Formats: sequence, C-alpha cells, structure tokens
Amino acid sequence: MRLFKFKGGVHPEGNKGATHCAIEQLPLPARLYVPLQQHIGAPATPVVKAGDKVLKGQLIAQSQGAVSAAVHAPSSGTIVDIAEHQAPHPSGLPVECIIIATDGKEQWIDLDVPKEPFHLSEKEIARRISDAGIVGLGGATFPSALKFNLGLKQRVETLVINGAECEPFLTSDDRLMQERTQKIVEGIRIMALGLNAQQTIIAVEDNKPLAVHAMTAACESYNDTNVLTVPTRYPMGSEKHLVFTVTGKEIPAGKLAADIGVMVHNAATAYAVYDAIYEGRPLVSRIVTVAGDAIRQPRNLEVLFGTLASELIDYCNGFEQEPARLLMGGPLMGLVIPNVNVPIIKGSNGIIALSQKEVRMGEQSPCIRCSRCVSACPCGLMPLDMAANIKAGNFDRAEDYGINDCISCGSCGYVCPANIPLVHFFNYAKGELKARAVAKQQQEYTSELAKQRQTRMEKIEKEKAAMAARAAAAKKAREAAAKAKAEQEEKEATS
Amino acid sequence: MSRISPVSGPHTHNDASITQIMASVILALVPATAYGIYIYGWAALFLFCVTLISAVVFEFICLYLGKRPIRPALMDLSGILSAWLVALTLPPWAPWWIGVMGAACAIILGKQVFGGLGQNVFNPAMLARVILLISFPVQMTTWVVPQPMFSEQDPGIAAGFATTFGAQADWDSVTTASPMGHLKTELTLDKDISTIMADLPSYQDMGIGHIAGSLGETSALLILLGGLWLLIRGIISWQAPVALLATVAVLSALFHYNDPQNFAAPQFHLFNGALMLAAFFIVTDPVTTPSTARGQLIFGAGCGALVFIIRTWGAYPEAVGFAVLLMNCITPLIDYYLRPRIYGRTRRGQPLAIEEKRSGDES
Repeated sequence: MRLFKFKGGVHPEGNKGATHCAIEQLPLPARLYVPLQQHIGAPATPVVKAGDKVLKGQLIAQSQGAVSAAVHAPSSGTIVDIAEHQAPHPSGLPVECIIIATDGKEQWIDLDVPKEPFHLSEKEIARRISDAGIVGLGGATFPSALKFNLGLKQRVETLVINGAECEPFLTSDDRLMQERTQKIVEGIRIMALGLNAQQTIIAVEDNKPLAVHAMTAACESYNDTNVLTVPTRYPMGSEKHLVFTVTGKEIPAGKLAADIGVMVHNAATAYAVYDAIYEGRPLVSRIVTVAGDAIRQPRNLEVLFGTLASELIDYCNGFEQEPARLLMGGPLMGLVIPNVNVPIIKGSNGIIALSQKEVRMGEQSPCIRCSRCVSACPCGLMPLDMAANIKAGNFDRAEDYGINDCISCGSCGYVCPANIPLVHFFNYAKGELKARAVAKQQQEYTSELAKQRQTRMEKIEKEKAAMAARAAAAKKAREAAAKAKAEQEEKEATS
Repeated sequence: MSRISPVSGPHTHNDASITQIMASVILALVPATAYGIYIYGWAALFLFCVTLISAVVFEFICLYLGKRPIRPALMDLSGILSAWLVALTLPPWAPWWIGVMGAACAIILGKQVFGGLGQNVFNPAMLARVILLISFPVQMTTWVVPQPMFSEQDPGIAAGFATTFGAQADWDSVTTASPMGHLKTELTLDKDISTIMADLPSYQDMGIGHIAGSLGETSALLILLGGLWLLIRGIISWQAPVALLATVAVLSALFHYNDPQNFAAPQFHLFNGALMLAAFFIVTDPVTTPSTARGQLIFGAGCGALVFIIRTWGAYPEAVGFAVLLMNCITPLIDYYLRPRIYGRTRRGQPLAIEEKRSGDES
C-alpha cells in the first residue's frame, strides 16, 4: 500500500530501550486512589459509599452526561473514603478519588461473557464498550463508545489502528503488540465489526520491528486487515497525521476523521476491547512504561488504575538521579506531574523521569526567526509569528495565524535553538481564546435575553394600553348609556 | 527575557543553540577571510580587528544604556558575525575609522536601535555598507592590487600599521579599480566588452579571488565552499542562495548572449563583487529574510533581479547592498501573505471540502 508523507515533523532520539522489557505485573498495592475523572468530559458519579465492600470489576462510578466514562473497582476490597487526592496534572490540584483498601484476593465480580462475540450486533458492541468504561488509551482518553455510536451513524470505510507510539521512551503499546498479539487482533476484528468497517489498517512505526513482525503474522489470514510499517517520524501518532500517512486524505479543519470515512483507535484500546467483549472484563488496568534516564531500571508494567506512581518507581529500583522533569506520558506531549504521589489513570501510558541532560533546555534567548519551527510544524503553521503575537497580547492575530489548528505536538519547541517555550505560549493563547469565546457567547446570550425581555415588556405595555383603552371605551359607553338613561328618565319624569 | 518554567511540552530538545548557529556561520567565513587577509596584507588584518573590537564595544555600550543583560547578548556571537561581515565588505586598506564607522552603523543603527537580536528590519552588514558607500565614496572605492603577506610585494607590518592607523600614505602605486568598477567606467566611455575584458584579470583569478576588491569578498570559490558546508550542516537552506544566483545568471545570460558587446557575461557577475557572499551569508540571514521556503525563493529572486538591474543600469558598480536592503523592506509582507498551507485547510484558510462521493459509494 502506498504511504503519504506529511509535511514537517521531527526525529527525536527514540530511546526505546525498554522494547526488550517484558510486561510485568506490578504487585497489588495496599491502597488504590481511583479518580472519578480519568477521561475527557464530565467526571463519573460514585455509586458506592465509604465502608462498602467491592469486588474487582464492580462499577463504582457511572458515566454522567453525554461525554463521560464509567469507572470500575480495579481490585476487590473496601471503600475507605471518597475524598480529594492529588491529580496527575501539572497544577497539583486535588481531584475527587474513590479510595479502596485492597483485600489481596483480587476477586472478580460475576462477568457477563457473550457466547458468540462475533454474533453481537453493532449496538451491543458499543454498549459493552461503554459499560466497560473504555476510553482512548493512546493518551487522549476520549470515551471510545462515543466513537462507536458515531460509527453507527456515519459510514466508516477504514479503521486505522494506531500502533505508531511515536513518543520517545514509551514502549507500552510496542510490548503489548509483541506479547498479546492474538488478543489485540481479536479486539481489532470486533472493532471492525462494531464499526462495520470495510478495511482495517494497523499502522506501526518502523522502529518496532518485533511488533510489526508479530502483528503481520497474526493478521496473515485476514484479507481486509493489513499491517503497514510507517516511517519513524514524530508526530506520526497524531490522528490527523496518521490518517494522512496511510490514506492520503486530510481531515478538514473542524471535522472528525469519521467525516472522511476513517476511524482511528489505539492498539491498547483494541486490547481493552478484547478484554471487554471476550472476557467480559471492564477496563481496570493498563500497561505503563516506566523509563527515562533518571530511572534506575526501566520496565513495562501492568498496573491497576489508582496505583500511585511512587509504587511503580519503587518497583523500578527508584531514581538514579534527581529527575529534572517527572512526566506522565512521553517527553514531547506528556504532562509534568508535581510529585510521585499521583495515581495512574486510564491515559497514563508512561511515567518518564528525565535528567537535565535529557531535557537540554538552555537559557531562553531572543527569536532570530531562523524558521526551524516553520519547517518542523506538521500542521503548516508559523509558530514564530504566532508566539510573537501572543507575546504582544495580540490574540486575534494569533487566531488569524491558525493557532486553533495547532495540535500542541511540540515539534516547534523541540527544534527551537532559542529555547522559546512555544507550546506554552500556544496553550495559554488557546485557553485565553476559549475564555473569550465563552464570554462572548455569554454576552450574546445575555443581550438576547435582554432583548427578549424588552419585547416582552413592550408587548405587556401595549396590552396594558389596549386594555386601558378598552376599559376607557367601556367606561365611556357605560357613562354614555347611564347619561342617556338619566336623560330618558328625566324626560319621562318631566313629561 | 522573562523567566517562566514551562509545564507544557516538549520536555526534551535537540541541541541546537543560537551561539552554535552563529559560530558555524563564522567558521564558514574563515577560509575566505583568511585568504583576504593573506592577499591584502597586514593592513587588512588591522582593519578587520578594529572593526570587530569596536563592534563589541558598541554592543556593550548599547546593552549597558538599555539596561539589558550584557553577557548573554555578547556571548551569542551575533554582533561579532555582523561586524565580521561588515569587515569583509570594506576596502582592505581603508583607514581605521572606516572600520569603526562600519561597526557603529551595523551594531547601533542596524541592530540595537530596533531592540537587539532578532528585531532588526535591515541586514546590519548591508546597512553599514550602504551608509559608508554613500557617506565616504572615496575611501570606500579605493582598491589595492593583491600583495600577499610574506611575499616580495608585502610592504611589511609597520607599513600596514601606518596604512590603517596613519594618515593616508602615498600608495598611489598600488591602487587600482576593482573589475566591477573598471567595467562600469569603461562602458560609460562606450568601449565594448571584449576590449574591456582584455584589461581585466582572467576568470580564473576572479574565481579564486586574486583581484582587487573588498577584504573578504573576492574569493567566490572559498565563499562557495563555506556556503556549501553550511548547507550540508543544515544551518542555511538552499532556496534563497539558489534563487539569487540563478536569477542573476539567467538575466545576465539573456542580455549577454543577445548583445555580447554591451553586457558582461554571467560568470563575470557571479565571480565579482559581493554576489557570492550575499548568496550564502546575507540573503540567508534568518532575521531579515522570509521564514517560509516559498518566501525565501521570492526573496532570493527579487534580490537577484535588483542586483542585475542596478549593476547594469544604476550609478553604482556594485548593487548587492541596495538590492538586499530593498528586499528587506518587503520581508514582512512576504511572510504575511505567503504562509504555508495549514493541514486540513485550503491555501486561503478555508476548511477542505469533504468529498461527497467516496470511492466506496460508487461501487
């Protein structure tokens, strides 16, 4: 199959040494801090209370609102509390968590396993995926069931499985594809069935030869499923760029991949779908890469959600040196976490600890307009001009330069010789523009309300006036009648 | 610079830095500079040093007066590079104050008044060159024949010192016109090209740079070598240099082959004056040239056309400085109107249309 080359992108050092570290099960922690919000959208609502006994896989918080996902107990035990705990977010602000004291039994709840997974209807597949609390495990954590429901409405020609894993250091999808190949492929086939997709493309970057080999062998007997080796180039794993690479089609600005007949799911999500459909198990754990040059012993671990990052790092023999940056996710787009006391959530594909040497962030100097950022931008933007305008507080101009088409991939910042935190500026401006849009919407809504009130008042005034006029007319008529009557009577009296 | 500790990615960076870029460009200039100093002797070396030292002094004064951090701005080598380029454009035996004036124009007027590195509109070296040329036409057009160091013609270190720092010594015996100046003068006297060329050095000497000319501009070959090294290292991109050289070559070829007796050959244009230096070291200046590939092509081609027009029909024999400054003026316009196409959008910025009929629907 033909591959298409997207413009820009960068080639950071892969650092994929952990590709040879087999997945290990992290020992069961004594306590799990399961956040209610592990996905994009509204937080889930707890359906348990402190003191309740729960079994592994039991629903502990249900999805709430249009975009949300259910949360299940990662292990059996007792609910200690529903309280705030530090979130895996740079702010370090607390988030509502269900705290479970594990009992060590890992006792599963009764699982609903369909007899013939391949005879399930599309709707039933979407329902089971929703019930299992599955979200996009590549890091975006968009509730997967919504994409399947969308697939019911829109014709999906091509299902693209994202096995690019383009971020340095991360090897969790790589190991999953190597070790649990058959299950991923089964999950992919169920996904294709649920989406009624005509063909499936599994895209893996060429720096993962073992994964490519395993997946190709497992897909050999399926004509409609192809494994494509895509070049190693960041941000290959971005949905927009992966779709272009394998189909040659661009997703129009403001549209979804589904609008051009493509649906993208992550390889780890396919594994979660396998678990949900074939085993009836909800999503309670994931593979996490613990790596970075500040980690003593890099590993790939299977971790229950709610496990604190400190447990993972301890299992990897701790830090070799004080990390300059501690991240959840990869070094290009990962989030800085304030300390090791944050829980693993559905989107945590890695805990990466980088030394100052790896960060290589020197002193910031002025922009010399070298335009390396323009060449590196995979979206065709001009980061230097956007940043200059944002710095000057000129947000409208930044919008005109296309800031809302920026995917925050960080390619520009990676190549900037002046060490300008470009993405930092862009995220700030995006927040500001969003706030402005909301404020504008509110203002318009308020003025609309005021206008409605005005018309209503005018109408009332008019009605009042009309009523008064009618009343006056009636009074006049009555008076006239009374007068006439009086005159009549007077006449009669005189006559 | 504001100190923020960013929490947004990327959390890793490649190891490019401004200082490293500037140092690479300077390194690429070393062969041509060394050759220039060698063929024009001690006076050239003194003038070169005066220009560089005064640039550092002027930059220091500006930063101090502007209360801006001094160390990082001096250490990024950008001021040194500007002064270096200014020095290369000077007549090698010009008096010391020409070097000082050149450095002052480049650093103060060309860079610091705009707000320092990255803020200037005009190429500092070209600005200095044009100001000097207009203000001091005699000193700026007095050229000498090559008299290499340590050779028999070498007047020696003391004489060189006197040339740069003393009063204008009597060196009529060694002055001559540059090939470009000579061509211009003779053409106005209605001589034809073949007669004029007979008086000029061979193309081989022009290419190597063994001719009268600016301190570091004469050796097209060594400059080309440095430029190619920068291209291979990825410090500069090919668009502007290629567009500039190709435009000059094509235009001069068109005119020359139509009328060989009135228009000089393309190789004459390519080997003489500041063209080669401009191609690899001036129109590739990131600050004052466009940021996009298409913009750089247009910029280079525009400079090339202006160079040819001014050289051929203008009053000055050399045109590179004027051409670059004129094109610098429209760089912001080029950058504004020639943006790259955004993913998922048309060139005009509208979202791409969704193909209504997909291949699957047709079957």
